[in-house]
Amino acid sequence: MTLLDGDLRVVSAGVPLLAEAVAGQAVPVTQVDWRPPLGPEGTEVALARVMADPRREEANAAAVSRLLAAGAELVDVRPAADALDLSAGEFLHAGPPIGWDRASGPLRGALIGAMLFEGLADTPEQAEAALVGGDGITLDPCHHHGTVGPMAGVVSAGMWLFELRDPVHGGTAFCSLNEGLGKVLRYGAYGPEVVDRLHWMADVLGPLLQKAVRAHGPVDVKAIATQMLQMGDEGHNRNRAGTLMFLRELLPDLIDSGEPAAAVAESVRFVGGNDHFFLNLGMPACKLATDAARDVPGSTLVVAMARNGTDFGIQVSGTGDRWFTGPADTPNGLYLGSFGPDDANPDIGDSAITETGGIGGFAMAAAPAIVRFVGGAVPDAIEATRSMYEITLAEHPAYQIPVLDFRGTPTGIDATLVVRTGLLPHINTGMAGKVAGTGQVGAGIVNPPAEIFPAALEALAELAPPW
Amino acid sequence: MSEHVEVRHGAYHDSVTLMQVSRDVSAVEGVTAAQAAMGTELNLELLRDMGFEPPSAGANDLVVAVRASDDDAVRRAVDALEAALLQPAGGNGGIAGEQSPPRTVGSAARRTAADVALVSVPGAHAFTEAMDALEAGLSVMVFSDNVPVEQEVRLKDEGARRGLLVMGPDCGTAVVGGVGLGFANAVRPGPVGLVAASGTGAQQLMCLLDTRAVGVSHCLGVGGRDLSATVGGRATRQALAMLDEDPATELIVLVSKPPDPAVAADITAYAEKLSTPVLLALLGPGHDDLTAVARRTVEATGATWAEPWSWDEQPVPARAGSLRGLFAGGTLCDEAMVIAADELGPITSNIALRPDWAIGTDLRSDGHTMLDLGDDAFTHGRAHPMIDQRGRLERIAAEAADTACSVVLLDVVLGHGAHPDPASELAPALVAARDSVRAAGRGELAVVVSLCATEDDPQDSRKQAEALHGAGAAVFLSNAAAARRGVELSRGRS
Repeated sequence: MTLLDGDLRVVSAGVPLLAEAVAGQAVPVTQVDWRPPLGPEGTEVALARVMADPRREEANAAAVSRLLAAGAELVDVRPAADALDLSAGEFLHAGPPIGWDRASGPLRGALIGAMLFEGLADTPEQAEAALVGGDGITLDPCHHHGTVGPMAGVVSAGMWLFELRDPVHGGTAFCSLNEGLGKVLRYGAYGPEVVDRLHWMADVLGPLLQKAVRAHGPVDVKAIATQMLQMGDEGHNRNRAGTLMFLRELLPDLIDSGEPAAAVAESVRFVGGNDHFFLNLGMPACKLATDAARDVPGSTLVVAMARNGTDFGIQVSGTGDRWFTGPADTPNGLYLGSFGPDDANPDIGDSAITETGGIGGFAMAAAPAIVRFVGGAVPDAIEATRSMYEITLAEHPAYQIPVLDFRGTPTGIDATLVVRTGLLPHINTGMAGKVAGTGQVGAGIVNPPAEIFPAALEALAELAPPW
Repeated sequence: MSEHVEVRHGAYHDSVTLMQVSRDVSAVEGVTAAQAAMGTELNLELLRDMGFEPPSAGANDLVVAVRASDDDAVRRAVDALEAALLQPAGGNGGIAGEQSPPRTVGSAARRTAADVALVSVPGAHAFTEAMDALEAGLSVMVFSDNVPVEQEVRLKDEGARRGLLVMGPDCGTAVVGGVGLGFANAVRPGPVGLVAASGTGAQQLMCLLDTRAVGVSHCLGVGGRDLSATVGGRATRQALAMLDEDPATELIVLVSKPPDPAVAADITAYAEKLSTPVLLALLGPGHDDLTAVARRTVEATGATWAEPWSWDEQPVPARAGSLRGLFAGGTLCDEAMVIAADELGPITSNIALRPDWAIGTDLRSDGHTMLDLGDDAFTHGRAHPMIDQRGRLERIAAEAADTACSVVLLDVVLGHGAHPDPASELAPALVAARDSVRAAGRGELAVVVSLCATEDDPQDSRKQAEALHGAGAAVFLSNAAAARRGVELSRGRS
């Protein structure tokens, strides 16, 4: 019982005058910048119910410790047909479930490109007609298959995937190989150069990486992610150091693969020239971590944030596989070439798994080179990271930020804290053109729609034991 | 239309800078298209899409392309480009910057070590912040009212499990190690520890002890419902145990309205097992008033009792009439009603002693009337009358205008958290009220003030008393004495 011993230190939430009265007695007092919770009237009832859930505190501690402890090793590179048992006509996509009818331009473009790549159509028009008709076509979220896909996130049987394993919890996660920037499938482009590149990746790059990874043995992706944060990357919009470290790790085995020198050189040039190549390794690393935290009854930890270009969805540990969705917002940022805000599609991609896992926008302070995406100066980036400590359960023991004295990144979004603080997760992202076939138009920052967090809270409240 | 395409070899800028520069250049008047980008394949392709003929350039070369209405516009665009590229980092340059304040109690507690959280958010939200405080290892005082009782029980169970105290909900007053939380008078340190289910009751008792130089170790509020059957004295037991262990506390006083009988028996048995003596002070009809409790307490510490100070020279009202009590403190109102009802019979009130004495829905005074103006029915979204006196000032004028009214009885509560200078508003209102009665040919309006204060209160209690007395009020430090004086005056006795 320490309350009665020693000098009192006070935290005050509510009427400022009461805090002033304490301060007037020369007693240290911290005033909370309190505000009513996000969401419709009645959210406070659900919030109280969830706060009263006797399972919550331990459930969150267990869930977030699993998230933090998860490892991530690249163990193989395989075609999706093999890795996920996908057959022709089966397509995975980013975000929560969606059909062709509600799919956005970039998702439609990517599906058209995947049809062409798989040889299921000869022309974009044919592909579109088949997708509209839907015969022999199935669409399913990547997240439902232990997979994450950046932007449109379309995965088809013939595409090659990274396979990562969590040696701590035994989980497995997959992600496609990154195609580079500009006119690429994941941004909704499907021109001949896009499909040709996909074929080259399936015929040359994928098999070569497979050979090298199998020769090398497991590549510790989490260790690279840890280092990249200290080298100016945040793991979502900047992956330059991570890409080069990964290449350095694999380079001897690539050279030693016995493949023709020209093919090795072309592959190395491709990876080295694509600053985002590591994104597709960082994402499944984060997916392993957040998947390890799933399905803890009573936990309010967010285990997925994902967008399909139309809807933004989250999943929460204590509510299983249920998605809470709202309309995806359009990112705010900078544009390539002559593109502008009118050209941008609403937010898309599974890449917000990086923020869910404690990097990306949450590690903005680690990446001063790209702070202008957040509207200007270095202090803004630091504030972006700092504000996320208000909505997270832990500080990551491995992912650290040098300018914050190597403080761990804010990790483990708590749905109750988002609702209480009104602070929405800060997501760094690329921007796809809204017309199918356009490709990338820019990059910037975006927030989830506010209403999905109170919706998740209502569901958690229904699962909480009665008073 | 004029075009400008330029390659600057070896002039590296990162892509984000260049996208921002491109945006600035595009905004120059007359410019229809502009891009400044490194000469990567992708960027050269973008240039082609924009209708430019891409120059021969590599990834380490800066390629600038501008299309504008005329040469002047192109020149302005290039100037803008130079300016944008030279622009310093911006911001305040500092790495740390100003950190935003914490948005939750938990966050505040993580940033700086703390012992107690003071929660005064609207009642529907109080549980969440209080629970957060407990999880962060803080005891908590819930000032908020309108907190559902099942939430109170859950909080107190959680607090007990963690060895943390939950004071409240609806806890207006606490003193911890000399520090006042909520509404609290500046009292001297001493041997008496209070456990209080009543905020203003505790304030009155501490102020009266102070008049005899008897100090207080701690005053732990528990909230008005703690001794109900539902809450079962959860916080009271904990607070008693804490004070029992506290070396500074030699005598414990438990201040409460009469508790649920089963809870009372339980608490009494619990108190008897403690090594520190516990003085039970139950309030209400048939029990001692707070002044009598103060006397018992003072004498139990071995000090001698003297009647609390008063300043009582009052013209006798021209006639007997209705007594009107306008209180900021609920317990003070209650005590005054118990005293007055003994002598005068029914007292109309919003916190009536008997259901059939309840005030009408129009809230108009009827016969002898005493009101707790801190009740929701009167505050109407304004702050508590100890802070915002406007409602009470209006009511003083209204009572004076009522021909039945001959005496106005007020409490004035000083101390931390209360209005910085209540007399500055009350004194003119009292003068105006008394003038209006005199002008109407109704003789004198008597005014009695119960001043709940100590000499060390930040408002300067002496000056407050002078100002109120100067406005024609009889001033008493004892609320019970003030009530008795009000009763006498309403009977037309001097």
